Amino acid sequence: MPQRCTTRAFTSVLALIASFGTASAAETDITIGMQLEPPHLDPTSAAAGAIDNVVYSNIFEGLTRFMGDGSVVPGLAKSWDISDDGLRYTFHLRGDVQFHDGTAMDAADVKFSLDRARAEDSTNAQKALFAGIADVAVIDPLTVALTLEAPNGNLLFNLAWGDAVIVAPETIETIKSNPVGTGAFRFVNWVQGDRIDLARNGDYWGTAPALEAATFKFISDPTAAFAAMMSEDIDAFQTFPAPENLPQFDADPRFKLLIGSTEGETILSTNNKMPPFDNKLVRQALAHAIDRQAIIDGAMFGYGTPIGSHFAPHNPAYIDLTGNSAYDPAKAKALLVEAGFADGFTTTLKLPPPSYARRGGEIIAAQLRAVGINAEISNLEWAQWLEQVFRGKDYGLTIVSHTEPMDIGIYARPEYYFQYDNPAFQDLMTRLTATADPDQRRAMLQEAQTIISTDYVNGYLFQLAATSVAKTGVQGMWLNAPTQAIDLTGISWAD
Amino acid sequence: MLRYSLKRLLSLVISLVVASLIIFAVIEVAPGDPARFMLGINAQPDTVAALRAELGLDVPKTQRYLAWVGGMLSGDFGISYTYRVPVGQMIADRMWVSLPLALMALTLSTVIALPVGLYAANRRGGRGDMAVMGLTQLGIAVPNFWFAIILVVIFAINLRWFSAGGFPGWDAGLLIGLKALTLPAVALALPQAAILSRVMRSALIDILSEDFMRTARAKGLTRQQTLWRHGLRNALIPVLTIMGLQFSFLLAGAIIIEQVFYLPGLGRLVFQSISQRDLIVVESVVMLLVFAVIVVNFAVDLAYAAVDPRLRSRL
Amino acid sequence: MRGSFTLIIGAAMTLCFAIAALVSFIWVPFDVTLVDIPNKLQRSNGQHWLGTDHFGRDLLSMIMVGARTSIAVALIAVGIGILIGVPLGLLAAARKNSWLDEMIMRANDLIFAFPSLVIAILITAIFGAGAVNAIIAIGIFNIPVFARVTRGGALSLWEREFILSARVAGKSGLLISVEHILPNLANLLIVQGTIQFSLGILAEAGLSYVGLGAQPPLPSWGRMLADAQTMVSFAPHLALVPGGAIILTVLGLNLMGDGLRDRLDPKLRGRPV
Repeated sequence: MPQRCTTRAFTSVLALIASFGTASAAETDITIGMQLEPPHLDPTSAAAGAIDNVVYSNIFEGLTRFMGDGSVVPGLAKSWDISDDGLRYTFHLRGDVQFHDGTAMDAADVKFSLDRARAEDSTNAQKALFAGIADVAVIDPLTVALTLEAPNGNLLFNLAWGDAVIVAPETIETIKSNPVGTGAFRFVNWVQGDRIDLARNGDYWGTAPALEAATFKFISDPTAAFAAMMSEDIDAFQTFPAPENLPQFDADPRFKLLIGSTEGETILSTNNKMPPFDNKLVRQALAHAIDRQAIIDGAMFGYGTPIGSHFAPHNPAYIDLTGNSAYDPAKAKALLVEAGFADGFTTTLKLPPPSYARRGGEIIAAQLRAVGINAEISNLEWAQWLEQVFRGKDYGLTIVSHTEPMDIGIYARPEYYFQYDNPAFQDLMTRLTATADPDQRRAMLQEAQTIISTDYVNGYLFQLAATSVAKTGVQGMWLNAPTQAIDLTGISWAD
Repeated sequence: MLRYSLKRLLSLVISLVVASLIIFAVIEVAPGDPARFMLGINAQPDTVAALRAELGLDVPKTQRYLAWVGGMLSGDFGISYTYRVPVGQMIADRMWVSLPLALMALTLSTVIALPVGLYAANRRGGRGDMAVMGLTQLGIAVPNFWFAIILVVIFAINLRWFSAGGFPGWDAGLLIGLKALTLPAVALALPQAAILSRVMRSALIDILSEDFMRTARAKGLTRQQTLWRHGLRNALIPVLTIMGLQFSFLLAGAIIIEQVFYLPGLGRLVFQSISQRDLIVVESVVMLLVFAVIVVNFAVDLAYAAVDPRLRSRL
Repeated sequence: MRGSFTLIIGAAMTLCFAIAALVSFIWVPFDVTLVDIPNKLQRSNGQHWLGTDHFGRDLLSMIMVGARTSIAVALIAVGIGILIGVPLGLLAAARKNSWLDEMIMRANDLIFAFPSLVIAILITAIFGAGAVNAIIAIGIFNIPVFARVTRGGALSLWEREFILSARVAGKSGLLISVEHILPNLANLLIVQGTIQFSLGILAEAGLSYVGLGAQPPLPSWGRMLADAQTMVSFAPHLALVPGGAIILTVLGLNLMGDGLRDRLDPKLRGRPV
């Protein structure tokens, strides 16, 4: 009898201790998995979305910022005035902001950041965002005035991007390995190839985040990601790389799925200047040869929304143009005959690494083969893809997801890799940039979508879904991905 | 001996120089611009040019080669294009994972192979031997990455005895670190153990037919004692040679295993660097691996020659 | 007797896959390039004997066509090794201890010093993924193996009486190498060939697994394994089928090599030709 009592007491003490251990660790710390490791931690000098994942709104902040629902709200600028002619923006900065090294954030830092981004020798990957800024002036320590060359309805939106965050001249030299920003979390440690550790910033100007510490773990292999989640090594995985495993997580009571939308239009980019794709009938045949739903089911296991043009379905200005490219192999063959390709033709299908491209590519190749088009697949690494397809325009077809928000303007650039040159469209885009009135903008955007859909510039496949997985207790992760970010400030653990 | 050593030293230096030229040439031929890769789709041409200048990519090739070699000789392996940290530091960090992993796998495979090989040699021709031969054949035929997947499914996902991968760092504790390397080491060790067992077995069988073994038997020693006292020692020479080869294979050949278990090791570093066109890292790591093998060969050759003068005229 | 046993089993297994590969040129149960999403991930049933993959493709057909790739790549790589390595080895042995011999052996050691998997990945990543470059990458590392084995075997033959007498009679080294030494090395080379063949299959599987071997839509066993990985917990047959194919083929070749060595070695080595 006494022995049983001691054993029971012993085990309950153990359990108590164990619960302390797990409870305190679970409630204020988090480990989030990511597929790609950032090459460094300066969001203003590279395009890698992985950098923004780690630092956006965690370590660095901009004048404005995106929230999880895509809205643009004040960030370091608490308010602003816009002149009547739309050329002058005066930003009023918050007064109590400090960088992680203790120095104050003021207008001089804002000027430094923006001038650095738009300089001649700037290595900012989104330099075009700052191109229209003619001058940045410090009015007083908490006021900055931006003068534009022409009115730009997108300015506030552009300033919310990760490439426009505010950095400090004192710490700019080592920003890539030791980022010093104004955000709610400070950088602690980077074990290359493994993880990055962040800790709460005790001197943050805004609401203190619920988390005290966070770790981003890099797991590029989809199987390893699955295993890491299932064995509970990590608490969440942003953009889980293997959609085939999502049903298993859904069925498991320990986990939940976070499904939303991204800004990623996944398209079958077509080289409009390379024969036979310079013939609109051929491009139209392509559109009808493709079965979007089969691609979504086969490559993305059902996750993703079909699109008929280069525009996100969740955007209020979206119109459904999928009817223009409905699946109709017979019509596709007829169009090919009309274009003079009764025997079909051969072309290249160059695919970058992501699985939506590789898997989608195999399915599309099979669908094209069914109408007589022989698409030879080349699987490329990103470096090769950028070299051959993007820069060299040496390709017939490719599949890629364009994840920048509101990027329909790329169709107005004739030297862009799909080489679409339509002066009417370019004119429309110029007018759009100068327009601020929401109703007029919506009408123009709809016209834009229609033009590129009826011109069959590219094969419009689907909008990439945001598919994250997390333990059931994790609250506050973004469902959608209006920009690349893993915003820790809103994350907490449920009790 | 001195003359032999000097001859070997000369060919060592020549080998290293030729190796460095080959490595540099092959990697420089690689298409794909690291600067463009880092800046992505929306980068403008002048931005890419600025980064190229910053990374030193426009300097003529001969100059870059000489700078690279000169740097290596003084211990400076350059700065990685993608990570902007010294390559030497990255390699050192990764070695802390790859070296222990290779040693663990080697130890595991040796611990399995020696008794198995001994057992098979002892029972040569009998059922036990045939069973061992069959099993080792199977072990050699199994691709180690396939075996790794099976291990993860069984031990990490289903039984949850081990984590599915990753490496928490030696700071977290020696035992924890070793535990993280266990499944990968087992996956690596299996085919190596199979090969090593067979080598052990055939080396022992050869020794057994030697004269001095028969003398020992004639003196009254049992087969066990003969094997143990005389056979094993002499059989160790070919076995040690194979172990040496396996070690250098394990160091570099664990690429796929490191990928499956997402270990931050040397293999994965090379793989990622190749994809990212981080030329400096690739050049330096490959050069280092080649250097290690050549130097080890050199040391082994000298040791053999010192012990057995017959080997000095090249066999 | 035991040699014959392993030889027969090994040969039978290997032949199975070789025949499957050959048949696949004329006929496969289902077109491997056809994507049939509604029928995806089926277990083995009456229609699809080995089941289907995540695109609805028939696994049996994919194994048959994949056998083509694996066998062709490994075989041609062995061919490269023999065509270049054997003459080098013969040359080195004929001119033993000369600077030519030294050069060849040093070059051999140099190639051996390079980490083969890393170099294979480098070559295919740089020059493009695909079966051809995989053949080259694997073949390069076969050359020093055959050179070394040939040289070793040739050296011990050079000591033999009948060779020495041919030498004395005035025959040139080249003629001796080709007429007398090479035929006697045939068995050694056959055995080594089967070993390199089986290693080649594993190497091709490894390269395909990381995506650098034969490209889609041509099926390849290694790539089938890579695709199967994430689904192994709910569709294990996707990994077991190609894994089994690799294991059985390599096993068959190794058993064949073992059996050949046991049969050919003691009896035929050394009979003057």
